[in-house]
Amino acid sequence: MSKGILYDATMCIGCKQCEQACATENGLPYDDKVAAQEVTSAHKYTTVLTKDDKFMRRMCMNCDDPACASVCPVGALKKTSLGPVTYDKSRCMGCRYCMAACPFGVPKYEWDKAVPGVRKCIMCGKRVAEGKQTACAESCPTGATKFGDRDALLEEAKKRIHDNPGNYLPHIFGETEVGGTSVMLLSSIPFNSFGYRTDLTERALPMYTYQVLSRIPDFVPLFGTMLGGIYWITHRRQDVAEAEANEKGQKGGAQ
Amino acid sequence: MTVPRIRFTFWKAVFAVIMVGGIYCTFLRFFRGLGASTNLSDQFPWGLWIGFDVMCGVMLAAGGFTLTAAVEIFNIKRFHSIVRPTILTAFLGYLLVCAALMYDLGLPWNIWHPLIMRNPHSVMFEVAWCVMLYTTVLALEFSPIVLEHFKLKRALRVVRSFMVVFVILGVLLSTLHQSSLGTLYLIMPNKLHPFWWSPLLPVFFFLSAIAVGLAMTIFESSMSSKYFGRELELPILRDLGRVLVVVLALYGILRFEDLLHRGVLKLVFTPGYEQRFFLLEIFLSVIAPLGLLLIPKVRENAQGLYLAAVLTLLGFVTNRLNVTITGVEIAVGGRYAPKWTEVVITVMFVALGFAIFGLAAKYLPIFPEEKAQIPALREPSTRFSEAAVPVHAGD
Repeated sequence: MSKGILYDATMCIGCKQCEQACATENGLPYDDKVAAQEVTSAHKYTTVLTKDDKFMRRMCMNCDDPACASVCPVGALKKTSLGPVTYDKSRCMGCRYCMAACPFGVPKYEWDKAVPGVRKCIMCGKRVAEGKQTACAESCPTGATKFGDRDALLEEAKKRIHDNPGNYLPHIFGETEVGGTSVMLLSSIPFNSFGYRTDLTERALPMYTYQVLSRIPDFVPLFGTMLGGIYWITHRRQDVAEAEANEKGQKGGAQ
Repeated sequence: MTVPRIRFTFWKAVFAVIMVGGIYCTFLRFFRGLGASTNLSDQFPWGLWIGFDVMCGVMLAAGGFTLTAAVEIFNIKRFHSIVRPTILTAFLGYLLVCAALMYDLGLPWNIWHPLIMRNPHSVMFEVAWCVMLYTTVLALEFSPIVLEHFKLKRALRVVRSFMVVFVILGVLLSTLHQSSLGTLYLIMPNKLHPFWWSPLLPVFFFLSAIAVGLAMTIFESSMSSKYFGRELELPILRDLGRVLVVVLALYGILRFEDLLHRGVLKLVFTPGYEQRFFLLEIFLSVIAPLGLLLIPKVRENAQGLYLAAVLTLLGFVTNRLNVTITGVEIAVGGRYAPKWTEVVITVMFVALGFAIFGLAAKYLPIFPEEKAQIPALREPSTRFSEAAVPVHAGD
C-alpha cells in the first residue's frame, strides 16, 4: 500500500514544528536563522511559506512516477513501493540530471563540498519502512500535515472540499500533477501564489523520454542492417566494375 | 617568411597563457569544489561545461560519422581524402568531452558506475554508454593512422579487416548519441521554453549534427590549407556545401513545421528575451548560411564556403546553448552566466583541441597522399589561388 502525505494549508498555523522535526530527523542544523529561510536547500528539506495569514509547505512531492528517478543513469534515486523517493549517494556520479529534470525544482546540491551529493526530502524513507509516520506529520500539532495511505488521504481531501467548499480551492495539488504525487496539498488561495506551477502536465514525465528510449532496442538491428545493406550494395557495384575492368584488361593483354 | 613565424610564436604564447590559466582553474575545481569554481546553482545545475564542452563538443565531432558514412558505407569515393581529418576531429572531440565531463561531474571517480548500475529508463544511461562505446570505436577507426606511422603491418591488416564493422557501429552509435542529447530534454516539457522543447528534439539534434559535421569538415579543410599549407580540396568542399544546403533546408523546414503545429509561431513575432536568442540562433544556423550558399558565386568560392560553414557552426552552438541555458531561465526564475573559471576551462579544452590537431597533423599521416611534397612553410594565399585557378579555368 502506497503511503502519502496530505497537507491542508487551512489547518496550518505556521509554527514550523515540521521544519524542526525534519532537521532533527535528517541531522541538519536548525536555528532561528534557518527557520527564517523560506526556501528549501541542501540543508533544509522543507519550508513553511508565509503569505499574509496564509501558509504553505514546500517539500519533495515524492511523485508516483518521478522524473528524477527515471533520469538517474545509475539508479541512485528510487521510488519505493511505499511511496518515498529515496537517494543512495554511493551510486551517484553527480551528473545532476535529476535536478534538471525535476518539475518542482526539488533536488538540491552540496555545491560547497568536495564530495557533494544530492539533498532532498525523502519522505522519511527509513521511518516509513519501519511502519512509522514521517517526522513532519508526527510533529504537526494541528494535523495540517497528515500521513497515511495515499488513496485514503485522497478520499479525505475530496471529502474536505465537498463538505466545506467555501474554505477550499476545488483543486487537490498532487492528485494528477505529473501523473500524481505522494504528497498532496489543499489550499484556500491559488497554489501559484506560493510558487507552485499550476500549468504542469498530467502525464507522467518519464513517458516523454521512455517513448523514445523504448524504441532503441528495435531501432538498432534495423538501422544496423540498413547500414550494412547499403554498404553491401554500394560495394557490390564496385566489385562488379572492377571485375569487368580486369576482364577487359586481361582480354586486352591476351590479344 | 617573417610574418607567419611571428604569428606562430604569438599563438604559442597565447596557448601557454591559456594552459597556465587552465591548470590554475583545474586546481580550483578539484580542491575548492564546484561551488567555488562555477556559477552553477540549484536553479542551474547545468551550465557552460554541459552546454558547450559536452553538448557542442559532441556536435562538433559529428564530421567523423557523417564523412565515414558517406565514404565507407555510401561508397562516395571523392570524399576519401578528407575522411582522416574528420576522424581525428571526432576522436579528439570525444576525448575532450570525456575530460570535460570529469570537471562537471560532482563525483567524477564514479563515472564508470553506469557500467554496472543500470537504469535503461534513463537517457543519461544511454548517453553514458554511447560515449564509452563510440570513443572506443573512434580509437579503433583512428588506429590505422598510428599503425601506419609505426609501420605495424600485421596489426594494420587485422584492424582493416574489421573496419566495416567499426564504421557501421560508429554511425549507429553516433546516430543514437547525437539524438539522445536532444532526448535528454524531452522530460522537461514544462521547463524548457516552447521555442526549444519539442517532441522532435532528438530529430533536430541528429539533423543539426549532420549539418555541423559537414560545416566542420569545410571549416577544418579551410584551416588546414591555411596553416599547414595543404592543397585546398575546393571541388570536394563545393560538394559538401551542396549537401549542407539540403540538410539545412530540411532542418529549417522541420523547425518551422514544428513551431507551426505546436502553435508557437506567434511567439516568434512577439518581442522578448527568448525571442531574441531564438531569432539569433535561426538567423545564424539556417537563414544566413542558406542564403549565402544559395548564391552560386558564394557556393563555388573558398572564402564563401568558409564563411557559410563558420556561420552554421556559430548558429548551432547558439542552439545548444539556448537549449541548455536560455530556454530554462524563465522556468527556474533566474539568469546564468558562467564564472571566469568556467570560461577558462572551456577555452583550455578548445585550445587543447586545436593544439593536438596541429600536432597530430604534423606527425601522423592524416593527409597521407600529399605528405611528402609539402614544404614546411608556404604562403597560404598562394595555396588558395593555386587550388582555385585550374578549377576556374575548367568552368
